[in-house]
Amino acid sequence: MGKHLGMEVSFAAAEAVKLSNVDVVAAYPITPQTHIVERLSEYVASGELDAEFVPVESEHSALSLCVGSEAAGARSFTCTSSQGLALMSEIVYIVPALRLPIVMILVNRSLSGPLSIWNDHSDVMSIRDCGWIQLFVENGQEVFDHVMIAYKIAENHNVLLPVMINMDGFILSHMFEPVELMEQSDVDYYLSPYQPRFVLHPDEPLTMGAYAMPTLFTEAKKAHEEALLASYTHIMRAWEAWGAVSGRSYHPVETFCSEDAETLFITMGSLSETAGEAVRVLRGQGKKAGILKLRLWRPFPFNDFLRSIGNAQRLIVLDRALSPGGPGGPVAGEIRSALYHLENRPQIFNFIAGLGGREVTVGSFLEMFVSSLSGKAFGYRIFGARG
Amino acid sequence: MHKADSEYMWYELEPGCVIIEPGSSRKYHTGDWRAFFPVLKKERCIRCGICWIFCPDIAYQKDEKGYYIVDLRYCKGCGICVRECPVGAIRMEKEKEI
Repeated sequence: MGKHLGMEVSFAAAEAVKLSNVDVVAAYPITPQTHIVERLSEYVASGELDAEFVPVESEHSALSLCVGSEAAGARSFTCTSSQGLALMSEIVYIVPALRLPIVMILVNRSLSGPLSIWNDHSDVMSIRDCGWIQLFVENGQEVFDHVMIAYKIAENHNVLLPVMINMDGFILSHMFEPVELMEQSDVDYYLSPYQPRFVLHPDEPLTMGAYAMPTLFTEAKKAHEEALLASYTHIMRAWEAWGAVSGRSYHPVETFCSEDAETLFITMGSLSETAGEAVRVLRGQGKKAGILKLRLWRPFPFNDFLRSIGNAQRLIVLDRALSPGGPGGPVAGEIRSALYHLENRPQIFNFIAGLGGREVTVGSFLEMFVSSLSGKAFGYRIFGARG
Repeated sequence: MHKADSEYMWYELEPGCVIIEPGSSRKYHTGDWRAFFPVLKKERCIRCGICWIFCPDIAYQKDEKGYYIVDLRYCKGCGICVRECPVGAIRMEKEKEI
């Protein structure tokens, strides 16, 4: 077993990328992602990590470079936030269509405007339908673990899809947390060297990224979606195998005090930790509250989700992004769809909270709980907006 | 490709729609996009190969006598060869109306 250390979560992420033995890192610095790639550039400069570090001129180039290096058979990593993701979004859609197993950490930060460097999920929700496997992590240990897990999933020849790890900017990236590191030998046992399915090489010419006529485009999209749906089984296996190596196990939907809960908070990312404290308070008062945390966002774990809601009558869905003029937050929208066919479906209370770094405290969750008890289900509310 | 695009089932595509057969674009005849086609007047031609160099579709090929002859299966009728020919040996003619 590895050492237990108190360390900045960004450095734990960089350590995990190093342990994953990546061949290429291409990134452009952007707050709050910066510390991860700064540390990786130091590892490459000092020789601790035998990789190419390419300080590209933009995020569009960062992911484009990873497309090239991954197509040439190199394990590649990039990392960005907010505006950087927006700038690379053109390439974000191309990577899964080419079935290239790139891993990216997205250090979640709000999209401008107004200009903000702080955390919310508007960046990832802007590329929701890009077709990557998308995971949300809750704390530093989960960030660290999921880098290795992501490569294990992505590079499986039955998957061959890029994986995006969402971690909350500042709340996780700049926090010092206790993290249990792994020995290189354990990581090597878990994660075999990258064996690409197809490689660009002059000796065996092939074409990647060809044009698809209307006669083929629909079939190409269908093939991509089937691969994403089929990845679920392999994601589960990668988590199981990680459990065997590390002793830490993960699930698409995690629950806390949910068995007999009448009210469930539905959260993603670091909010789940705060919600846990709120549930402890509520349980202390005899209130039947629990949490359902969505770890796997794509492919959406519909079956796990429906199993986990049990007999809850009220779902308080937290969204860290707003769909202006739409049906509410993107998470609540999906959950309403998932429940639509049920005869006895729970009421949904959708709170848009934590935008642009606004704090969501234990008290905030208690307030949401009280308003869900007193009122009927509503479309959505922007929590904490003054006036 | 061994069959037409429209005959492929989704599960028959290679992952990422990779094309493993090199040079398969030769089977894609872009000549039917054409509205005008180039006509070479051999007595004016000096066999310099400028048309061959400039053709964006690599549709010109050299014959055994050294003339560059357009392959109408691939020529899209852009007219660049006519524009670039230094001796005016090529002209464009309109395709027949269908």
